[in-house]
Amino acid sequence: MKNFEMALPNSVDEAVGLLPKTLSDDRARLLAGGQDLLTEMKEYLVEPDLVVNLKSIPDLDGVVWASDGSLEIGALTTLASLEKDASIAAAFPALVQAAASIASPQIRSAATVGGNLNQRPRCWYYRSEDYPCLKKGGTECFSYYGKNRYNAILGGGPSYIVHPSDLAPALVALGAEVQLISPRGERVLTLEEFFVLPSEGDVLRETRLAADEVLTRIRVPAPAAGQRSIYLKFKERDAYDFALAAVALVLQTDGDKLASCRLVLGAVAPVPWRCTRTERKLAGRPLGEELVALAAQDALADAEPLSENGYKVPLTQGLIAEAFEALTI
Amino acid sequence: MRVLQLQVNGDTLETAAPVHWTLLEVLRYRLGLVGSKQGCDKGDCGACTVLLDGKPVLSCLTLAANAVGHEVTTIEGLAPKPETTSEPALDPIQRAFDDCGALQCGFCQPGMMLSARALLNTNAHPTRKEIQQALSGNLCRCTGYTQIVQAVETAVARVSGKTEPDCAWVAELARDRAQIDSAPNEASPSSTTPGPGAPS
Ligand SMILES: Cc1cc2nc3c(=O)[nH]c(=O)nc-3n(C[C@@H](O)[C@@H](O)[C@H](O)COP(=O)(O)OP(=O)(O)OC[C@H]3O[C@@H](n4cnc5c(N)ncnc54)[C@H](O)[C@@H]3O)c2cc1C
Ligand code: FES
Ligand code: FES
Repeated sequence: MKNFEMALPNSVDEAVGLLPKTLSDDRARLLAGGQDLLTEMKEYLVEPDLVVNLKSIPDLDGVVWASDGSLEIGALTTLASLEKDASIAAAFPALVQAAASIASPQIRSAATVGGNLNQRPRCWYYRSEDYPCLKKGGTECFSYYGKNRYNAILGGGPSYIVHPSDLAPALVALGAEVQLISPRGERVLTLEEFFVLPSEGDVLRETRLAADEVLTRIRVPAPAAGQRSIYLKFKERDAYDFALAAVALVLQTDGDKLASCRLVLGAVAPVPWRCTRTERKLAGRPLGEELVALAAQDALADAEPLSENGYKVPLTQGLIAEAFEALTI
Repeated sequence: MRVLQLQVNGDTLETAAPVHWTLLEVLRYRLGLVGSKQGCDKGDCGACTVLLDGKPVLSCLTLAANAVGHEVTTIEGLAPKPETTSEPALDPIQRAFDDCGALQCGFCQPGMMLSARALLNTNAHPTRKEIQQALSGNLCRCTGYTQIVQAVETAVARVSGKTEPDCAWVAELARDRAQIDSAPNEASPSSTTPGPGAPS
């Protein structure tokens, strides 16, 4: 890893003042838990001259319940503390299940929520110094013709990465919003809008975060009456791993009907993949096997697998079915 | 270069290192604490696990500068400090790893034992599943996880005053010792029945 200067700002305003104005200027980087950034720096994927350490800013750590039942999560809150929080587990099971599914206990002690949402892709062409891939300013996404069993089956092109975050699908399904602060002030985006497809935005990035912006808080709206949620993640090994496919499902029932649901897929697309059309089709239908089958079929209807990742279609359909069954049957 | 004052194993240690050095590098190459191992150096193997304020972290993914102001425990500090110089004290986890043969090359062991210590500090009676989950970030390339999990179970059982469950190795050791103790004198087996290679 290249040597750098470390800044220890006392406030978010001070931190954003140290950041570059344009995305092409990558002389500075934000550091939270470092569990992703340090691995990138060790591989020379990023070589900042200045590391802006968010850990010195007070009040970005920890969770606060608002009187309306919504939850505010500071960006520096660790995954380990989320995972152990019984009141969050009661209100938002999917969030705690997602946090607990991430990496190893050691990584969860240090990893933060803000860092998890802003982590970079794991595609091995991106992670290897030897491949000047599209995500690093090159001209080609090597996974399209290359080794692509972990890549996208939905929303791909021109890059076929999958978004690696486990928290992201759970938080999108729970309708979370993110607070972003820059020298221009504060803005709030839904987490769903925060993530951008490579075809919609800058292919070098996964989010709408500006160069001089910090994600400071995540707000999860109060659970609706009778709301249930679940996060299911399928990994290649039982010990820690990234997902091959994951499903976040939040729903409410009305008697023996599905009132409404939010279905978001992880590890199958360059962003957490919200199945809005499927959600609309399912609303109001009677609960049961037919609904489960329709959900699984419709959510993957647009999948376009690459040469090696066709298995993700039935795998994800199986997880969707399991999620609906767990919450409704 | 930056001067760093670190709290390691109850001591305040001062050293200087480049800003980009990890805690692992400072421990090994500045402070001579080479018990923490540099396996993958990128978060995969857990061989560099140390405790930071009692919580397990990867020292290869922690900048040394970020450990300032926190209590670092490495494998060198796991055992309680000996009261007398002659009696090396051991943490019950260390004793159980030894008795259970939960090591071969030993490379994974410091990290394994510190992950286990972090678990037992917050959960004195973990289930087997909880032990497996707590150790899931520590890879072992030779012993196999069975003995390692058994060693943690053995440490838990001993601390809570139970003799069971004990690992197979401990039971075997105890049988051997009992046999030796009950023999009339230590030299008798070989003197009465010469082995195949014994001179005649
Ligand atoms: C072995 C291993 C296994 C892993 N497994 C998983 C897994 O199963 N699931 C998963 O989701 N992740 C996994 N990860 C990725 C893990 O690094 C993240 O989950 C972790 O949450 C990153 O958080 P951090 O605080 O350490 O981020 P950092 O490394 O500090 O930051 C990550 C990125 O986000 C930026 N950033 C950080 N905080 C902010 C902020 N507040 N505002 C704007 N930008 C910010 C940084 O500049 C950097 O680019 C794994 C990592 C490793 C090494
Ligand atoms: S050396 Fe730190 S995890 Fe492998
Ligand atoms: S004993 Fe050799 S790695 Fe575990």
